[in-house]
Amino acid sequence: MRRERLRVVGSEGVGPYVLVRLRRSGLQPGVPGQFFMVEAPGRPLPRPFSLCLAPPGELAFLVEALGPGTTAIAGLDVGDEIHVMGPLGRGFDLDVARPLLVGGGIGVAPFPFLSERLGSPPALLGFRTAFHSEAASLVPNATVVLDPVLVTDALPGDPGDVLACGPEAMLDTLVRLAPGAQLAREAPMACGYGACYGCVVERDGDYVRLCVDGPVVRELPAAA
Amino acid sequence: MSVAILNASGCLDALTAPEVARSLDAFVTKTITPEPRRGNPPVRIAETANGMLNSIGLQGPGIEAFATTHLPRLEALGVDLWVSVGGFSAEDYARCCERLDGRDTVAAIELNLSCPNVEEAPETAAELVAAARGATKKPLYAKLSPAQWDVAVAARAVVDAGADGLSLVNTIRGLSLDPRTLAPRLGRAVGGYSGGALRPIALACVHACASAVEVPIVGMGGVSTGLHALELVAAGASAVALGTILFADPFAPGRVRAELGAEAVARGFEDPLDARFASVVSSEKYLQIGSNGTA
Repeated sequence: MRRERLRVVGSEGVGPYVLVRLRRSGLQPGVPGQFFMVEAPGRPLPRPFSLCLAPPGELAFLVEALGPGTTAIAGLDVGDEIHVMGPLGRGFDLDVARPLLVGGGIGVAPFPFLSERLGSPPALLGFRTAFHSEAASLVPNATVVLDPVLVTDALPGDPGDVLACGPEAMLDTLVRLAPGAQLAREAPMACGYGACYGCVVERDGDYVRLCVDGPVVRELPAAA
Repeated sequence: MSVAILNASGCLDALTAPEVARSLDAFVTKTITPEPRRGNPPVRIAETANGMLNSIGLQGPGIEAFATTHLPRLEALGVDLWVSVGGFSAEDYARCCERLDGRDTVAAIELNLSCPNVEEAPETAAELVAAARGATKKPLYAKLSPAQWDVAVAARAVVDAGADGLSLVNTIRGLSLDPRTLAPRLGRAVGGYSGGALRPIALACVHACASAVEVPIVGMGGVSTGLHALELVAAGASAVALGTILFADPFAPGRVRAELGAEAVARGFEDPLDARFASVVSSEKYLQIGSNGTA
């Protein structure tokens, strides 16, 4: 487990999102789908982010300013320094024959790094508006659908090996449409390293910690 | 032994972060109950401006699985172990303590008498301590709630009932609403409030209890720096536990320990423990002056 103070070297708007680029220092990018706890200046707790891009010497996170923490991180200026810890958790299994990336909204965040590691496989991305879909420019080989069309409407009959990240409803639907899909889940978490038991999800009747047993999980469809 | 740095119960899993546990003078387990507990439904965590709410609900394996499976793995870490136990009756506390009594590696038992996220036992804190006392010879630390008018009364009662020390304080019940929907942010609506906002409350409780009883006190509540730790010692704590700060910074124990030493020296104390009772002594002086020495 590594935590370092990293310097902001870039902050760029991508549609409504902000791509925050940090000097990597001693941190490793890890496996796509793993996450980092990023200090939110002025807030008691850091926020979990999957890595968006790993340019040489840098770590980059795609941020949607929604609450006070993400707003503080999206507002960082070049030269600011923040603590970052990671990589944490379990990422995507990259040993897949026919990968298809399926994402929605800010859920596309881990895909640029994932796409790079998988050799630019096809991606199916859904967004609320054309403005939001500017984030698709970060993902090569992407097909974009806009509201009211959902990615789950546009999913091919035989989708192959689905690797997904996005809204809960989208992931829940994919459990049925693409059995065995790898799903990057999200939950409010305080620590990111198994200490708080805050980020639990239900599995086989028990609550398991998403930060330790995920965030990338495979789920079975609920018995009818 | 100077001021020991511990974790607050429920704020660290030594098995997923052994290096953090090893940076402490003792590791305190999550509260163990007699039976396995699934815990509360999500959402379990809500950050606020000056702290956080949690609603974990004592998720855990139960005392049997803990004693047979978890404890041996914790023992292998080579860290001093305190086990936190909880329950819903005096019998529950006694049962957990009895199960741990023969385990040499358990240095102390902390009695969680004040979890704000589960039902309370019908007995008083003193009755729960008495039941535990009858079941073990191990040092017993009573963890008290800050949500009482005069915590010193409770402190005297639990010490009279056989507690060897106090852990002050647990979280205090709080509520946070989603600003858009005005619905509670936590699955169970209310949760235990911790973090920076709890610190003055913890200081007041330690200060009050240090004058009331003569037992070791583990002070905790919003500590994130060495100065915060020194203030708790000045109020009467003999050890300090870190809670919420561990979530943000697992490497806080080493930093806080170093800062604590430096802050003590900066105030003329060779050892941080020499600052113990500084606030209590000062306020007694103040009371005497305030009442022409007749107090």
